[in-house]
Amino acid sequence: MKKLVTKTLIATAVATGMVGVASAQDLVVVSWGGAYTASQQKAYHEPYMAMNPDIKIVNDDSAGGAVAKLRAMQEAGNVTWDLVDMVASDAILSCDEGLIEEVNHDELLAAAPDGTPASVDFGDLIVSPCFIPQIVYSTTFGYRTDKVGDTPPTSINDVFDLEKYPGKRSLEKKPINNLEWALLADGVAADEVYDMLGTDEGVDRALAKLDTIKDSVIWWEKGAQTPQLLADGEVVMGSTYNGRLFSVIEEEKQPVAMMWDWQVFDLDGWVIPANGKNTEEVKKYLTFATDTQRLADQAKYISYGPARASSAPMVGKHATLGIDMAPHMPTAPDNATNTLLYNYEFWADNVDDLTEKFQAWLNN
Amino acid sequence: MTDTASHHNPRDLGLKPLQTVDGTPLKVSLARAKRRARIRAVLLVMPLFLFILVTFFIPVFSMLMRSVENPVVVEVLPSTVEQLANWDETSGEIPDDDVFNALAADFKVAAVDKTAGKVGRRLNYEKSGFSSMFRKTARKIKKLEPPFKEGIIDIDKKWADVDYWRVLKRESREYTDSYFLTALDFTYTDDGERVLKGDDKRIYIDLFARTFWMSLLITGICLVLAYPVAYLLSTLPVRSSNLLMILVLLPFWTSLLVRTSAWIALLQQEGVINSLLVGAGVLDDANRLAMIHNQTGTIIAMVHVLLPFMVLPLYSVMKTIHPSYMRAARSLGANPYTAFVRVYMPNTVPGIGAGAILVFIIAIGYYITPALVGGQSGTMISNFIAYHLETSLNWGLAAALGAVLLVVVLILYFVYDRIVGVDNMKLG
Amino acid sequence: MTNTAEPLVRFVDVQKSYDGVTLVVKKFNLDMQRGEFLTMLGPSGSGKTTCLMMLAGFEPATHGEIFLKDQPINNVPPHKRGIGMVFQNYALFPHMTVAENLAFPLQVRNMDKSEVNSRVTKALDMVQLGQFGGRRPAQLSGGQQQRVAVARALVFDPDVVLMDEPLGALDKNLREQMQYEIKHIHENLGITVLYVTHDQSEALTMSNRIAVFDDGIVQQLASPSVLYEKPDNAFVARFIGENNVLKGTIKEVNGQACVVDVGEERPVHATAVNIGGVNTLTNLSLRPERVTLNPPEHFPNQFDGKVEELIYLGDHIRTRMNVCGHSEFIVKIPNSSDQGQLREGDAVRVGWKMEDCRALDCNDS
Repeated sequence: MKKLVTKTLIATAVATGMVGVASAQDLVVVSWGGAYTASQQKAYHEPYMAMNPDIKIVNDDSAGGAVAKLRAMQEAGNVTWDLVDMVASDAILSCDEGLIEEVNHDELLAAAPDGTPASVDFGDLIVSPCFIPQIVYSTTFGYRTDKVGDTPPTSINDVFDLEKYPGKRSLEKKPINNLEWALLADGVAADEVYDMLGTDEGVDRALAKLDTIKDSVIWWEKGAQTPQLLADGEVVMGSTYNGRLFSVIEEEKQPVAMMWDWQVFDLDGWVIPANGKNTEEVKKYLTFATDTQRLADQAKYISYGPARASSAPMVGKHATLGIDMAPHMPTAPDNATNTLLYNYEFWADNVDDLTEKFQAWLNN
Repeated sequence: MTDTASHHNPRDLGLKPLQTVDGTPLKVSLARAKRRARIRAVLLVMPLFLFILVTFFIPVFSMLMRSVENPVVVEVLPSTVEQLANWDETSGEIPDDDVFNALAADFKVAAVDKTAGKVGRRLNYEKSGFSSMFRKTARKIKKLEPPFKEGIIDIDKKWADVDYWRVLKRESREYTDSYFLTALDFTYTDDGERVLKGDDKRIYIDLFARTFWMSLLITGICLVLAYPVAYLLSTLPVRSSNLLMILVLLPFWTSLLVRTSAWIALLQQEGVINSLLVGAGVLDDANRLAMIHNQTGTIIAMVHVLLPFMVLPLYSVMKTIHPSYMRAARSLGANPYTAFVRVYMPNTVPGIGAGAILVFIIAIGYYITPALVGGQSGTMISNFIAYHLETSLNWGLAAALGAVLLVVVLILYFVYDRIVGVDNMKLG
Repeated sequence: MTNTAEPLVRFVDVQKSYDGVTLVVKKFNLDMQRGEFLTMLGPSGSGKTTCLMMLAGFEPATHGEIFLKDQPINNVPPHKRGIGMVFQNYALFPHMTVAENLAFPLQVRNMDKSEVNSRVTKALDMVQLGQFGGRRPAQLSGGQQQRVAVARALVFDPDVVLMDEPLGALDKNLREQMQYEIKHIHENLGITVLYVTHDQSEALTMSNRIAVFDDGIVQQLASPSVLYEKPDNAFVARFIGENNVLKGTIKEVNGQACVVDVGEERPVHATAVNIGGVNTLTNLSLRPERVTLNPPEHFPNQFDGKVEELIYLGDHIRTRMNVCGHSEFIVKIPNSSDQGQLREGDAVRVGWKMEDCRALDCNDS
């Protein structure tokens, strides 16, 4: 009885929170909104709807906080979403919680044009059985070209060098990435970073390094903040997603440039909510939307790297700016001298603990 | 009563109960008439009551329950939990084969049901490492053959760590206090004692304190700013007061994000105010003021957002204070200051109380503005509740933090009732 | 009351305008003696309350000077004028008890505590509210609140007490009772009261003198009996008491007497009070109780009337008649046993003396 009451309640809450109730042929696709959803609309949705006139893809921009909403829907027994765009760490979490479906990648997804099976074409990027990778993005640094003199920053050490580059920096208000960069800048070898962060001494060492710039940091929580802070000249450098920096530099023409050293690769991709109402339709869509050509097409609209190895050679020019997109991919060889891949297992285990430590450090 | 002969005079009727004309006892008849009115009243109130029950009380109650409910471990690992009852967690030894066999059996079911990850996530809140430990074990359990103890430890050597087993046994209870302990910066030691966390991990008590301090400050500033405005509004002729009221309400008509962004543009170091001050030579270019991404910014932006909630109750109370009170005080010999302090102000107390409570309660629950302009020193407890609801998915802790907030607010409310009196509050 | 002493309150050529376009008070002159009960009576908007507020200090005079005890007070703030005031809505401080309300004016004068207490007790006893000191104003009835308001305005021994329609919110019975109480307090304490009302019977009951206001001007300032018996102009006649008005043209003026043509065969003989020359218009004012049925021969004015309506009012019968082509002609017939029974439609002869019929101005023609 109690469960029933709770379920109805959450169902009501979720139903009233939903904007636009989808009809039978509608597929509700949840993504991040803005330029990112636009790139998916052009590269995936529009061609698919042209081929399947009876399908209507409805965009829902609530990917931020999607895990929580998915959980509420599952508890209420009323899943109104058909497909959700998630970062890999959230997909792992949701998969653990049973909120999303496991898939057989080779069965569901198309092989590469040369016949390489999907599981090989995506390779290591399939970080969870529930996760269908879509893009590789990176969290990296942008800097104001007019505030660094003749010697632009080239290394993660420069972020921590207040003498050479005085002024504020913007960093994300969470331990992930910041602790790794701090250790790297403190001279720790890349392959020892996570072993070190697994110990209290290692965390203390990373926080001590962050202490050296703590007073010069503006902490951001939303992806749009660093681009704005850079554009306003509030910070001399700051971390954010590479696609955001691309638009500040190439579309808004701000005096900003990229500093790719020790960029952290992360993945974003599709997940299918468990107990969805249109699972079969969605799977057909997914087969189309994640093939080699489609993933390469998305890079025409936004500077994120396609997750398939086979898509990389097919990346062309930006659809409106007309510039070659390949050099702007985080995976381009010139950009990828020093890179880290988000350590999903480490952070799944340690995010709660290290978030506490990081926040306690912030407050002190 | 002069008509002593009247039959309706109770003194003439002695002990006989009063009756209506048709002989029904008066009390019965009255009760019947009143019952109809009561039923009508209940029916009129019922829709709202049900609405509030369904949209407010039940959700709040179920939220509070989440802060102590802990069903997942015993649900997913029932036989393990049963076997663990026989294990002495103070022995320093890991459990014996019976427990591992039960664990293997439970995990085989959990792997099929895909419920092991949930338990791993739950226990990971208590101790880092459970998450990967459970995920790995669930993945490999299908192919595992006896002996299970060695096999499981082989999958993840953390299974040989007695501390993990202690946490597992502790959190196998259906109701737990661990969320509340965390919310109050307490933790369990490996021996199962509850202790205050070390400095390096203590966050929530400070945050609660900061949240209340900042909310009080914001309430105070709102009061100081709103009082004269409300006074002016209540004394101006209707036409000008309407115009001014529109200005007061203007913030309500702008999206919160737009307003907050506007404050960023104004207050940041390259922003309008700093540039003006530098341009005017008041400030040195190297010493621009830091007015945003810190507590100052949070307070300024929140005062702006919440000011109408103070102005409106004050205004509605002040409007009812007849100008003749002040005139009477003056004519009785009080100078303007005395008249204001002794006559006008006490009469605005209901408005002050209503406005202050309104602003304070909204302020302690605010999180968008602090998230955008709070920086490191302007974060409030609601930001963490939102974080645990949306990002870490630790709803138990979010509920516990919310419950602590609720209790503190209730205490404050009680104190307020003692000092000012809740019935002495007026919203309009 | 003597007129030899210096007046306590003087208004000299006081004018008041709120908007700079119209004058609310046109030219106000008044000398008020110590111990006097003076009422300003007039319809709303006639300027009477404005005059009160200027004296209290809540409105500045636009022009002219106000004196209190021979001192000009135009620039003295209200709290230093030492004037008590009773407001229409009582203005009792709702957050204070009755006793605290009464103590307020004494406390702000830094009176010591025992003195305050004894004065408060005395004041409460004066208005028979001795046991109500601990109550809040909201717990009292309207009449009790009114008494508290009066007591509060008196407790600090002000030179003058101003009362701004203090009984307006009370029902009729209570209002009449309070009129007597205030009157008695005035007589017993010898205080000076400036009273504002739009209720003429209230003004007649209570006042030594009445200033009748209209249109920002004092139309007549006189004792109640003079106002009633000898109104200076048509407004005062109409405003104070009931009044039959006959419009006519002046045919002859002989000193105090005049002859007026009202369109009947016979003219009306009236007392000339406020008239123009021959052939100008006039309003003849005649109180209903001064009309006699079947008048004796020596009455100069005798006309035929027809009974239109009879209203039984107990002590008298209010009779509406058609006289001199005027169908709203009211006659009050005392309900004495020797009066014959009149019926509607009866033809009756009516008459009145010359002294009772006053020929007044006719501005409204």
